[in-house]
Amino acid sequence: MTEKPSVFIVDDHHLFRSGVRAELGDSVEVVGDADEVAAAVELITERKPDVVLVDVHMPDGGGRAVIEAVSASDPGIRFLAISVSDAAEDVISVIRAGARGYVTKTISGPELADAIRRVAEGDAVFSPRLAGFVLDAFAGADAPVVDPDLDQLTNREREVLRLIARGYAYKEIARRLEISVKTVETHVSAVLRKLQLSSRHELTRWAADRRLT
Amino acid sequence: MARTDQRRLYRSADDRIVAGVCGGLAEHLDIDVRAIRVAFAVLAFVGGTGLILYAAFWAIVPQRPDVGEAAPPPTGRSGRRRRPDRGDLIALCLLAAGVVLLVRQLGLWLGDAFVWPLLAAAVGVAIIWRQADESQRARWAASARAPLTERPARVVAVRLAAGVVLVGIGIVWLLVSQDGLRAATRGLLAVLAAVVGLALITGPWWWRLARDLADERRARVRAQERAELAAHLHDSVLQTLALIQAKANQPRQVQRLARAQERELRTWLFGRPQQDGDGTLARAVEAAAAEVEDLHATSIDVVAVGDARLDDRLAAVVAAAREAMVNAAKFAGVERVQVFVEVEGERVTVFVRDRGVGFDPASVDADRRGVSESIVGRMTRHGGVAVVRSSPGQGTEVELTMTRTAP
Repeated sequence: MTEKPSVFIVDDHHLFRSGVRAELGDSVEVVGDADEVAAAVELITERKPDVVLVDVHMPDGGGRAVIEAVSASDPGIRFLAISVSDAAEDVISVIRAGARGYVTKTISGPELADAIRRVAEGDAVFSPRLAGFVLDAFAGADAPVVDPDLDQLTNREREVLRLIARGYAYKEIARRLEISVKTVETHVSAVLRKLQLSSRHELTRWAADRRLT
Repeated sequence: MARTDQRRLYRSADDRIVAGVCGGLAEHLDIDVRAIRVAFAVLAFVGGTGLILYAAFWAIVPQRPDVGEAAPPPTGRSGRRRRPDRGDLIALCLLAAGVVLLVRQLGLWLGDAFVWPLLAAAVGVAIIWRQADESQRARWAASARAPLTERPARVVAVRLAAGVVLVGIGIVWLLVSQDGLRAATRGLLAVLAAVVGLALITGPWWWRLARDLADERRARVRAQERAELAAHLHDSVLQTLALIQAKANQPRQVQRLARAQERELRTWLFGRPQQDGDGTLARAVEAAAAEVEDLHATSIDVVAVGDARLDDRLAAVVAAAREAMVNAAKFAGVERVQVFVEVEGERVTVFVRDRGVGFDPASVDADRRGVSESIVGRMTRHGGVAVVRSSPGQGTEVELTMTRTAP
């Protein structure tokens, strides 16, 4: 995709919406914004942006409600979750609803534009924090593995997630593991798919307290 | 007894056998509580004066409010807070029994048929009143925002039931022994009818009273929470915003303030417990990161996977990680440092990474103690490994690996 991706912003904080618009500048095309779930669903299905930047925490169900409502009618629209929240269960639940990535609000403008571009191209965007959550979620040894293709990460996927958690960009990961950037993206997309489809106990009902081994 | 600076007469909450009247008097008058108890006991047999006096005090003198801090500690009687002395209680019971038997022996007896039922009823009443008293105290404790000290509902119910049964037995016994069974049954039925009628008439009122009370309590709790939230926001967020406005031309200061405030608010909102997590690796690394953030105005993101209790070795890992963070914050010239902590079985790994200027590890002077001593040396001494990867322009990553002592 060479042209600029179109972006719709959903966040209940006016300051944040205008801030993001300013930060993104003309690296993307912002086609609208909304501050509540119902209005967001209506405008998104009308304007059909490439990517919706959606806040995890909002009244009336939050980003999850928006994703579920829009995906039902427009499965082609992609979502990138953004929040200030640290709570693992919130982030995982938005990803499982269908978001293709998660970034924190402290992300810089260029980084955010890059993340949006990647989501628009169909890739997954993992912040270090999300990578940590995912490693934690798939680590529990006591949960039953029903479908090994979905309920377990491969060693390579684990390795990639660890490097993301350590703060490596995809390009740096590729160099370090001596694979192509495309392969890194494939691994991350596979992890995202497992995260969304696995029926593992920990993923659906996240244990609020950290594992203490 | 200790002198109290508060000269109002209260019933004692700590030093009590029945309702704390004697204890309170003793505290107030500065006399040994035993003397007062003996006096009441003796007076009780002078036509029951002691009993009447005691009941009067019980009814009139309030319980000392807020058992927690406001009450002066019962000095000289340590370990006797709240719980009445069991030995004292037994002694009192024995004494009472002895006196009863003595009086009976002397012929000053109203007759078994009269005294025993009355005694049973009196004990029942005492139990119920005492319970009511404790509920009052529990309410005070609760409104003083102490953790809920109310007795379990089961205990309350059992006590209440025991009291009611004793009173009932006493009354029935009395009626039966005085008038014979038939008259007693008739009397009881009359009483029952009266009670039911009274309940029907006043029932709605009682119900509304109970509901109002519950509503009021809920409203109070809500108001209290709101006040607490407002107080917290004022103390933290508003103060920080004011500081940020004052330092608007010092971006690093502003960033540091915002970061510290964010951390503090997050801890408060998500209840990241300081108490139960103090002794774990992830918390310790997060705490170290917070310190370094504050000192060097650099953002440090910590991502932790798994966790482990802190021991000597892991404490060394934390110290080495902290040193690595300080180095990154001081020399790398970046605004963001990424820290990753992973506990996987026996293996504990910590990575501290920055995308800063980097350096050539081969050319580092031996006297740069930061890296060689505080990081590598410390890890080696505790049986771990530290690897520093860096090259000019490529940033730096410090990898700390330690094998955990078996859990």
